Amino acid sequence: MLIRDAADLTENDVTDEALYLRRREFIAGAAAIGAAGVMAPSAFAADAPATVKFAPNKMKIDEALTPFEVVSTYNNFYEFGTGKGDPAANAGSLKIAPWTVAVDGLCQKPRSFDISDIVRRYPLEERIYRMRCVEAWSMVIPWIGFPLSALLREVEPLGSAKYVAFQTLHDPKQMPGQRRNVIDWPYREGLRLDEAMNPLTLLSVGLYGRLLPRQNGAPIRLVVPWKYGFKGIKSIVKITLTDRQPRTSWQMLAPDEYGFYGNVNPDVDHPRWSQARERRIGELLRRKTLPFNGYGEQVASLYRGMNPKKLY
Amino acid sequence: MTRQTKDRLISALVWLLCVMPLLLFVWQGFTGGLTANPIEYILRELGLWGLRFLCITLAISPLAKLLKMPVLMRYRRRVGLWAFAYVALHLIMYVAVDQQFGWSFIIEDIVKRPYITIGMAAFVLLVPLAITSANRIRRKMRVRSWRRLHQLIYLIAVMGVVHYLLLVKADIRSPLIYGGIVAVLLGWRLVMRFRVARPRPGSGAPSLDRPARSL
Repeated sequence: MLIRDAADLTENDVTDEALYLRRREFIAGAAAIGAAGVMAPSAFAADAPATVKFAPNKMKIDEALTPFEVVSTYNNFYEFGTGKGDPAANAGSLKIAPWTVAVDGLCQKPRSFDISDIVRRYPLEERIYRMRCVEAWSMVIPWIGFPLSALLREVEPLGSAKYVAFQTLHDPKQMPGQRRNVIDWPYREGLRLDEAMNPLTLLSVGLYGRLLPRQNGAPIRLVVPWKYGFKGIKSIVKITLTDRQPRTSWQMLAPDEYGFYGNVNPDVDHPRWSQARERRIGELLRRKTLPFNGYGEQVASLYRGMNPKKLY
Repeated sequence: MTRQTKDRLISALVWLLCVMPLLLFVWQGFTGGLTANPIEYILRELGLWGLRFLCITLAISPLAKLLKMPVLMRYRRRVGLWAFAYVALHLIMYVAVDQQFGWSFIIEDIVKRPYITIGMAAFVLLVPLAITSANRIRRKMRVRSWRRLHQLIYLIAVMGVVHYLLLVKADIRSPLIYGGIVAVLLGWRLVMRFRVARPRPGSGAPSLDRPARSL
């Protein structure tokens, strides 16, 4: 059922044809700037493309972008420390090439993807999304990535697959924050399959026209704009299709505070603070938090029958 | 150096240490150290400095005894008042800047969120301590009732730690460290009280201010 729904979406729902035809264009070395953007020379190793073309943003929102310097220095990425500045200070030890993402579980064609292959294989596009942290602050970030659905379709999920589970790299040598058991490592996240197939759900490999800084979850991370930021798992090494709702890190740590769904909902408070308002980083006054972070039109239908006043 | 100059120098030094956190904010303001979310950063830091100064206040009398420097006691009130100042700034920051006088949100916070209930109660308890620290008022009070009132500081310090502990998301290391410091400072007083209540010359447990006799 879920898969059929998702299959109704054509490639054109997420990617215009011109971009689709360009998807294998990658320019090594010299920058080539056209209608599309070009990612800056990269933090990837030599075998990765030096520049990556991506389609310009099609989902405009009328809000100011959060500056790159802020997006890349104010992070929650406990693998590199629990302070907001820790990831930017400590993430240099992360080796992002070679990097493989294993996709397995309930699918016809389980396989591993090399990161340099991923950025060549899928049509990259810019998506400017609001990012609402469960801690009641928010940013607006120009991500570069491709719909998760494109990758999932390639492994052909079985009819029995209902959920998608994600895992971050677990390597305390590279990720010094993992030397302390703040979280039961590795970091785990999950989505219902129909959420994963939603065109808004992005696998991101870059932001602000360049490859992801390590502290933002390089080389590949999840972006689910209608959910709290903790759902956006970083530095992914494993994606598993499953028939059971996966256990997720924050839910395991404090089930009364963080649900599996984690949808942005101003009507359901975190037990320790209100979610009704948020501080947009860089702004003085708090603004109202929008249901589904303002993406209700695209995703509210996924949650019919769920009580909007309850924590999920 | 005359005694008077020395006293003045120490006094100036203590004063400088007390305002140092505020100078630090100014410095960080110029160097980008206030993070991308300065409101939250300053709010948290003010609270932390309040807790730190509470701990320093509580450490002064043990230190004066251990180091045999009774002169330290002269600065206890001042440090205690700075603890109050930082806690008050923390509260003002929360009400005025963080919540922008959104009274309905503030009341909801106080009623619904235990860490804010506890934090607010701790502040309320601190107010009479700050007021009665003035010499004029202190002189009007009986010594015993003044002392009893100021013993509230122990409760306030514990509430401060609990307030911090309940706020933290996952990494409780830092609040536990403060909890440990407060436990030691309170434990030391309990031990002292026990020793004073039952003086057994020559057979008492070894203590720091009265070394055990060697056998």
